[in-house]
Amino acid sequence: MAKKKLKVRASGKKGYAVIKAILFHPMETGLRKSKETGQVIPAHYIQEVSVKHNDAEVIKVNMGIAVSKNPYLSVEIDGAAKGDAITIGWLDNLGEEASTNVKVS
Amino acid sequence: MNNQRRSFLRNSMAGGLVAVSVASGLLTPSRVLAAWPKAAFDSKDTKKSMKGLLGSETFEETNKIKLRTPDIAENGSVVPVTVKTKITGVESISVFALENARPLAISANMSAKARPVLATRIKLGKTSKVIAVVRADGKLYGATKTVKVTLGGCGG
Repeated sequence: MAKKKLKVRASGKKGYAVIKAILFHPMETGLRKSKETGQVIPAHYIQEVSVKHNDAEVIKVNMGIAVSKNPYLSVEIDGAAKGDAITIGWLDNLGEEASTNVKVS
Repeated sequence: MNNQRRSFLRNSMAGGLVAVSVASGLLTPSRVLAAWPKAAFDSKDTKKSMKGLLGSETFEETNKIKLRTPDIAENGSVVPVTVKTKITGVESISVFALENARPLAISANMSAKARPVLATRIKLGKTSKVIAVVRADGKLYGATKTVKVTLGGCGG
């Protein structure tokens, strides 16, 4: 099985839900040089993360190269109740993507 | 069961939902479905980047934005940043690190249903001012904090 690409947890509070996600990604800036070869390591980073609540996009996060490796992201959605579906997906600069679905607990 | 019919039904339902949201103004295409703002992220100049992304290079300094970062970051490659605000009608939250090669780190477009909170971790090349800029009702508000970095997170 492929390596897990993201981990998401959604916990329901009173009237809203807290979404916490870790996206597994190298977040290579394209500015770093490899220690062995001295060559620039090509950029490879997440550009877009979308957070959906019951299929409606609520938050769209644009990321640059300054976001840390394996980005952590936490957001809050109003009106999300227990059992609602939360979908988080990312897309990187090389066109790779991944997404996952969780239920608010 | 006819699988094609199933997926057709599913797709048409999803399409209908988006159409309804767009019509109700919840998801205006320019706000939520906009493409990745390449120019703003590639820019080496904070002001230009801010102008390209948010429409203005000046913002009102306010204490209504809570920008939480460590005062001293031992490791510049992982600096936790939390932005929280009491301002209403927030459209987006962006974080700039002034001394980085590319100042714009992250920008989140928020629809009306999102609470104006954003937490993430960013890289800082060296000791730098970090600005959180909140766009609400077409106006920009900001909060600034300096983070001291003892070990850089970029280059290497």
